[in-house]
Amino acid sequence: MAKFADSVADRAAASLLKRGRWRPAEILFWLVAFGAVYALPGHHLILNEIAIIGLFAVSLDLILGFAGIASLGHAAFFGVGAYAAGLLAIHVTADPVLGLVFATLLMAVVGYVSSFLVLRGADLTRLMVTLGVALVFGEIANKNGWLTGGADGLQGIFMAPVFGVFEFDLFGRTAFAYSLVVTFLLFVVARRIVASPFGLSLLAIRDNPLRARAIGIPVNARLSAIYAIAAAYAGAAGALLAQSAQFVSIDVLAFHRSADVLLMLVIGGTGYLYGGIVGAIVFKVLQEVISDWTPQYWTFWVGALLVVLVLVGRDRVGARVSQLWARLGRGTR
Amino acid sequence: MSAPALETRGLMKRFGGIVATNDVSFRLAQGERHALIGPNGAGKTTFVNLLTGVHAPSAGQIFLEGQEITNLSAERRVKRGLVRTFQINQLFGAMTPLETLGVAVSEVGGSGADWWRVAGSKARVLDDIAEIAARFGLADVLEARTATLPYGKQRLLEIAVAFACRPRVLLLDEPAAGVPEAERQELLATVCALPRDVSILLIEHDMDLVFSFAEKISVLVDGALLTQGTVAEISRDPRVRAVYLGESADG
Amino acid sequence: MLTILFDGIAYGMVLFVLACGLSVTLGLMNFVNLAHGAFAMAGGYTTAILMNRYGWSFIATLPMAFFVPALVGLLLERTLYRRLYGASHLDQVLFSIGLVFMAVAATDYFMGSQPQLIQIPEWLRGRVDIFGVQVGLYRSFIIAVCGVLVIALQLVLTQTRFGSRLRAAVDDPRVARGLGIPVEFVFAVTFAVGSGIAGLGGALGAEILGLDPTFPFKFMIYFLIVVTVGGTSSLIGPFLAALLLGIADVGGKYFVPELGAFVIYTVMIVVLVFRPKGLFARG
Repeated sequence: MAKFADSVADRAAASLLKRGRWRPAEILFWLVAFGAVYALPGHHLILNEIAIIGLFAVSLDLILGFAGIASLGHAAFFGVGAYAAGLLAIHVTADPVLGLVFATLLMAVVGYVSSFLVLRGADLTRLMVTLGVALVFGEIANKNGWLTGGADGLQGIFMAPVFGVFEFDLFGRTAFAYSLVVTFLLFVVARRIVASPFGLSLLAIRDNPLRARAIGIPVNARLSAIYAIAAAYAGAAGALLAQSAQFVSIDVLAFHRSADVLLMLVIGGTGYLYGGIVGAIVFKVLQEVISDWTPQYWTFWVGALLVVLVLVGRDRVGARVSQLWARLGRGTR
Repeated sequence: MSAPALETRGLMKRFGGIVATNDVSFRLAQGERHALIGPNGAGKTTFVNLLTGVHAPSAGQIFLEGQEITNLSAERRVKRGLVRTFQINQLFGAMTPLETLGVAVSEVGGSGADWWRVAGSKARVLDDIAEIAARFGLADVLEARTATLPYGKQRLLEIAVAFACRPRVLLLDEPAAGVPEAERQELLATVCALPRDVSILLIEHDMDLVFSFAEKISVLVDGALLTQGTVAEISRDPRVRAVYLGESADG
Repeated sequence: MLTILFDGIAYGMVLFVLACGLSVTLGLMNFVNLAHGAFAMAGGYTTAILMNRYGWSFIATLPMAFFVPALVGLLLERTLYRRLYGASHLDQVLFSIGLVFMAVAATDYFMGSQPQLIQIPEWLRGRVDIFGVQVGLYRSFIIAVCGVLVIALQLVLTQTRFGSRLRAAVDDPRVARGLGIPVEFVFAVTFAVGSGIAGLGGALGAEILGLDPTFPFKFMIYFLIVVTVGGTSSLIGPFLAALLLGIADVGGKYFVPELGAFVIYTVMIVVLVFRPKGLFARG
């Protein structure tokens, strides 16, 4: 009997630990990404954008894919994070890492506080409240031009070299390397989080909040925690954008930002972290291709893509992608 | 003499003008196997919801092992050892039984909020999972998706999750409901083999199960306790018969 | 002062007419249709095109501003929307945002991004003085038309067989089907009428709200506020909410322009958090 129990425990350990193990395909993916710093010199600007919105989409996946919180206003944290980093650079210090840390921590606090508004209602209420919060921030940025530059955007940001060594260049190479490193590090942490007991408890809440509560999981506290973490991630992404563009447009808080990031996540599939990054890559590449072809009407095809994805069943599309991913890594989930 | 495992004093719940639970004073002794029966609409569900903290009572108190828990949140009650199962399975469909039990065991062990270590790295948790899986006959299906399990297994998991919270008092809400005959015996045997240091309140319709399992029976009618007694007393009680005959005449 | 109140009421009336279709699809059919504003825009553009290209009179275009969006709504409902009645709110949101994106881009493509002018007829222009209050004729006209519409809708929903069928179909489609209610048909008609009324609102309100391709996004939040703040248990709630919103918005922009839309967004959040069923819901 003891023998039997031991073997079950061993199997259980193996099965659970597998969630945290790095698969070959993942390692390959990041190697390729870092290789691009050297290999794709003409494309660093767009790669930088992909790294940033990829991180943004990962942040949305943390709440939507892993905790089941749907948001129509995730750009709130992205945008405020961008302003926070930009303002810090103008008024306090031009050091990018300090600015990044500041924006990230600030957004963790803002996310934690706003979680109490968001977590009260059902799905629909959440969608509306998140949308409302983003609108409020947008309106604040819009009406306080003395601080944010209003509709003209926040100008006059100058960034010092990263760690005092790596200067931001015109071709976006430093910016891409910087954004990629930050995205990678935060991704590693996110990966840890979702494979942890805390991450499992989020999945439980996502699947069945009623039962989660009935086995003693403090549902609201857990959701607040992940909401704060996701907000911090979004803030970091916003800070990266502000620092690498050295400009913050009011558009960072626009509704279409929140919609775009949802779309990216839906394209890539929710609930396995790489969905956000895959989605960001597909989204940006599509945007480049379609904008080349019909400049203004990229929006139309984004819309069409959303409609088709939903009608086909985004679960199915997402499941297909994540299955493929699992097969690549010879892992099972 | 030790405090009862679970006790209510003058418990009341009103919804608008309707009294759903009417002055219920109830005791569950340590280690007891107690069944709560009553016709449909007698207020069994409301009573369970009051005990577990889904609803706040309009009046009255609830004690768990002598300590008042009337105003504790649902989660705190679970941590104190009052755990329930559900009449309709409430499981985590996209997770495996392994993950499900892991969540419950980690939570009760105080490591449910650990975010820096990968789940599965704590030997104590793994041993507990293995032991519970063996007790509930789930060892073979630990890595299957819960939603794909046969219904009988899901029903066992439903109880196993609650058991994984290390309950002092376990509320079983119609544990055998809907389980096909072939899988029923395993389920009943498992329930009867639950350790004696867990006190059990069984909420049930199925009289076979009640009579084979329970030592004491409480009868709830119209939100109030009609009577309490041993199995023999209750089965002889003419009022209980009237209630149940009346009900079967209706339905 | 009273003029502002009056303008606010007219504005609120238009908002209600625009939003009431949404309140039915969301409240009764439980479908989050963020593309509702696109139907309103369709109505507005129908009127603009008929007047500016074909020389129709304003009044004559109004029925078309109803029928064109209603027809489009009916088509979309039959082909696309109905597949998503059981879907999650998130899916509905994604789907309808997609539709809005398409509508905005398509309108931009065919009509250009400039605002459309709708000339209201001579006899509706100008203001009259009633007991010392300056009252715009067109706004009085709007209030009258919208008022009639409100009453008609309320009567249809509560007093007619169609209304009770709709409510039955929403409560429990299976049972309703069992009772011989053509649930699909009821839903389709409701959706079409809701879209048509929105279109009518778009045409009537073009002069007040403006009309350009971004219309569905600009006013989406207003519709949502009307519906969520008003609650969806009846039409009275959204109606009152629309009036309040109209007055608050017009008044706010007049007295404290620096706050902008901040106040109404905040109010929406507060209501959602503390009264998730809406300000006027019972209980």
